[in-house]
This record gives sequence, structure tokens and C-alpha cells, in this order.
Amino acid sequence: MAITVKTMRRPAPGKTSYLRATLKGMRLTFAHMFQPKVTMQYPEQRDADKEWTLSKRWRGTHRMSVDENGKAKCVACGLCPQVCPANCIKLVPGEDEQGNRYPLVYEIDEFRCVFCGYCQEVCPEEAIHVGVHYENAEYSRDGFVYDLERLMKQTHEVSTLWDPSDPKGE
Amino acid sequence: MEPISGTPFLVASVIKILFTFTLILVLVAIWTLVERRVCAWMQGRLGPNRVGFEGILQPAADGLKNIFKEETLPPFADKGLFILAPMLSFVPALLTFSVLPMAAPLPTPWGYVNLAIADLPVGFLFILAISSLGVYGLALAGWASNNKYSVMGGLRASAQLISYEIAMGLAAVAVLVLAGNITPNEIIARQQQMHTWFVFPLFIAFLVFYISSFAETNRLPFDLPEAEPELVAGYHTEYSAMKFSMFFIAEYSNLLTASALIVVLFFGGWDIPFTSWDNTAPYSVAKTAATFGAFWVKTLFFYFTYIWVRWTIPRFRFDQLMDLGWKILLPITLAYVMIIAVAVWALDDRGISMNDRRYGLILSAVSLLLGGLLLWILDRGRVVSGSSTRARAAWKREVASHMGAD
Repeated sequence: MAITVKTMRRPAPGKTSYLRATLKGMRLTFAHMFQPKVTMQYPEQRDADKEWTLSKRWRGTHRMSVDENGKAKCVACGLCPQVCPANCIKLVPGEDEQGNRYPLVYEIDEFRCVFCGYCQEVCPEEAIHVGVHYENAEYSRDGFVYDLERLMKQTHEVSTLWDPSDPKGE
Repeated sequence: MEPISGTPFLVASVIKILFTFTLILVLVAIWTLVERRVCAWMQGRLGPNRVGFEGILQPAADGLKNIFKEETLPPFADKGLFILAPMLSFVPALLTFSVLPMAAPLPTPWGYVNLAIADLPVGFLFILAISSLGVYGLALAGWASNNKYSVMGGLRASAQLISYEIAMGLAAVAVLVLAGNITPNEIIARQQQMHTWFVFPLFIAFLVFYISSFAETNRLPFDLPEAEPELVAGYHTEYSAMKFSMFFIAEYSNLLTASALIVVLFFGGWDIPFTSWDNTAPYSVAKTAATFGAFWVKTLFFYFTYIWVRWTIPRFRFDQLMDLGWKILLPITLAYVMIIAVAVWALDDRGISMNDRRYGLILSAVSLLLGGLLLWILDRGRVVSGSSTRARAAWKREVASHMGAD
């Protein structure tokens, strides 16, 4: 969009009335006292209006997907700790008798995380996700290090990745 | 019955002092909440509604918080004055209310109790004197903080107060001309006697007094002493915890006093309109209660308008403030006092007594004429034009002259 200069047309002296403007303003503010309020009373009242729901692309608390056997889908390929710009993913790979790789340790430090969503984008198994969720307050810093079990237990919706063919998410 | 005297007078006085003090502080506390909630409503928000029912305990929570917060004393500050300043603004703010009668006299077995703490014969002069003292607190706070912004705030406070005190005093002179007395009780009695509140015969005086009271109490649109965008927080930048709170309480009790003063001077004080039941002896407890209610309804209405105006009108620039005070309000009041004095003299000369309804009507007609004229002139927009518009006009003239030369 081209940048333009907007010139305000102000009335010349002698043509304005501050008195009426003031009274009009007073009437306006008084009328506003009785109009519906837009405040969302957060903890009790949330997502009460459709406009207040989070975007599907919201990148929040992580979630690890689980296969039909109740095991994490992660194959410990090591791509997510590699791509993570905040270096918040700790992964120690292991291997079982059949030669399947699985994570021995999988921890995400939500404090370090910048919620870029690269881990979800890079994951070949669609295992790790960022989620449409934002309430993760804790009483101690240790509580923000989510281990594998905790990541698997998350139930919130996972976020939708940005699709270049549908940039606006329609 | 006689007015109360002797030991009962002392006891009654102490009770009145405690009662008024508590009442003011409670009202101020409530009004900080009202201010926040009303402002929120005007902006489409809800405001603080968590502590207690609809946030009614919010002031208590704020007070508690302020008591436990750290008292900062800047190392570069003038220690003595720094501590003294909040007191200097706090005490006069509460003192002023002591001469304003809140209701009709209360009959007791020992005699009438006047519902002002002190029914001073020089009541109004006392109010003018004490309310001007409050600015010492502000100016000293600014100076003692040893901070440029604070000093600016303090200086602005004093400059502003001096400018508007004159217009305010002159507007009050119009009231005194009509009342012929400076005791608040007598001013109210005169309004009852004339069957009209002074706002009708003295409309312009009321307007000027009202506008000046905003400036006197450092309230928006004239809150230049603490103009946040320019001066951080003005004179109380360096203050924290309860010392800051004291400035706050002082500001709000000043507002309360100003509203009560407007009511006493222009809106009949505790007079109930359209009846003389309330102001004729014998007085009873019911009359006292009713008039007490009437007084507070009127006062709280004006108290509310301060909030209303604050969240409507943006802040003036300092030169605009001075323009309004010196170039507009002062000449208007000067002329108005002359006209009113002449009108009163003419009426007295014709032998029309104050008790005659015609007296008030004629003065009201004069006032209506002048008020209409004033509003017509104001509405032409020639008065409060900023220097920027003047500069633009000058620039246009210059451009035009150059064009002509070509």
C-alpha cells in the first residue's frame, strides 16, 4: 500500500464551537456508561464469544501424539532438537529389540521455548505438536519442563500449520 | 430553643468532627472506586469489580496495599519538607469542610446543634484562605523532591492556583453581593428567603466558579501539575506508598469540598427545592435527616460531574490554561460583578425587598440575558482558539501577501 499523508481539515478560527463540542462529548460519555461492556471476565468467562476464541494456528503448549497402542509416535529421529532455535528440546534416543527407535528421554522446557512451531513442522511422524492452549502457570520453574509422559497426557487441540496455498487460513 | 452552649457544645463539636472526618474519608474512598468504575463504563469496560460485591472493598484493598508498600525517600530530596508536603496538602483539604453546614439545625434537649462543625462568622473567607493553603503542599512536594519534573509540577500548581483563585474569588463576590453575608448558613438562608437558588440570578458567576474549581482542584482538563505525558506524575513523582495516597486523598477531598461549596453558594445548600417546610422552625430530626439527604444528593451530583468531565475532555496546554484564566474568566467576572452590583443597587433603590419574588426574577432575567450573550459569543468559537490556529492564520496571511506580490 502506498504511503500517503493525510491532511486534517481543521476549521478556521471563528468557525468552530468548542462549547457544543464539549457538550456533545459529555453526552457521548454519559451514554456510553449504559452501553454493553466488552470486558471478558477471564477466569470465569472465557471464549464466550466467537471473536474471543484462539486462532487455529495459535502455537501454545506442546503435545505429543499417541498411536493406537498408547505409545508416543516419536521415533527419536532428532530433527526437532536440531531445528529448535531456542534449544529447549532434550532428546535421548533409544532402540528396542526389533530395532525401533524411541525416545528414552524427551523433555521440552516451556520456559525456553519461543513457540515458533518448527518442531511440529519438521516432525516426519507428526508426533510433536504445538497446541491451541495458553494456560500453563506453575508454582516453580521445574514445573515448566514437560517430560514425555506429560506431553502425551495433553488433550488440547493441536495447532494447524501455515499452508502456503491458503495463506489466510480459509 | 437556644443554640447549644457550654459542655454539650463541646461534646457535640467533638461528635461532629469525628462524624465529618469519617464521612469525608469514607466518601473519598468510595469515590476512588466510583471514579475507576465510571471511567471504565464510559470506555466500555467493567472496571474493578473483584474485591467484595461489585468491587466495593477495592478502596480498602488499595489502602492496605499502600500502607504496606515501601516508603521511598530519595537521597537527593529535602527530607523535612519531603515528609511535610503530603501533610500540608492533606490537612487543608479536610479542614475546609468544617465550615459548611450539611443540614438544617438538629434540635436536642440541650438546644439547637448547627450541622457545620464551626459556624464561623467569617466562614467564606476561611474557606478561601484554607483552600489556597493546599497548594503549599503541592509546591513544596515538587521542590523538596529535587526533581525537575516535580518542580515543574509544583510551579504549575501554584501558577494555576493563583490565576484561577482570582476568577473564583470574584465569582464568589457576586454571591456575597446578593447574600450580604459571608457565613455559609446565612448564604443558604438568603437563598431560601429569595425562593430561588443563586445559580439562577448568578448563572455566569456559577459557570466561572465551576470552571475555576476544576483548576483549583487540579482536576482534568486542568490537571497540568501532574500531566503524565509531560511530567511523569508531576509533583508526586517521587512519592510512594501512603505519602502518595495522602496526595490522592487530598485531591479527592478537595473535590468534595469544591462540590459542597458550589452547592452551598449556588444550589441552596441543604435547601429542599419547591418547599419551605425544611427551612422554617420548629426544626425536627426528620427535617435534619431530609435536608442532610438533599445536601448530599446535590453534592454527590457535582462530585460525579468531576469524574464525568475528566473522562470527556482532554487536557489543556499550559498557555491555553493561562489564556482561559486571565483573558477570559477574569474579564468576564469583573464585568459580571459590576453588572450584578448595579442591578442589586437598582432593585434596592426601587425599594423592592429581597423577600419579594420579583427580586429574584429580575436578577434571573438579567442573568439569562447575559448568559445567553456569553454562550452566543462562546459558541462562535472565537475564544478558545489555540495558538496553532492563530499561527496557521498568520501563515496563510503571509502566503496570501506573497501571492499578491507575485
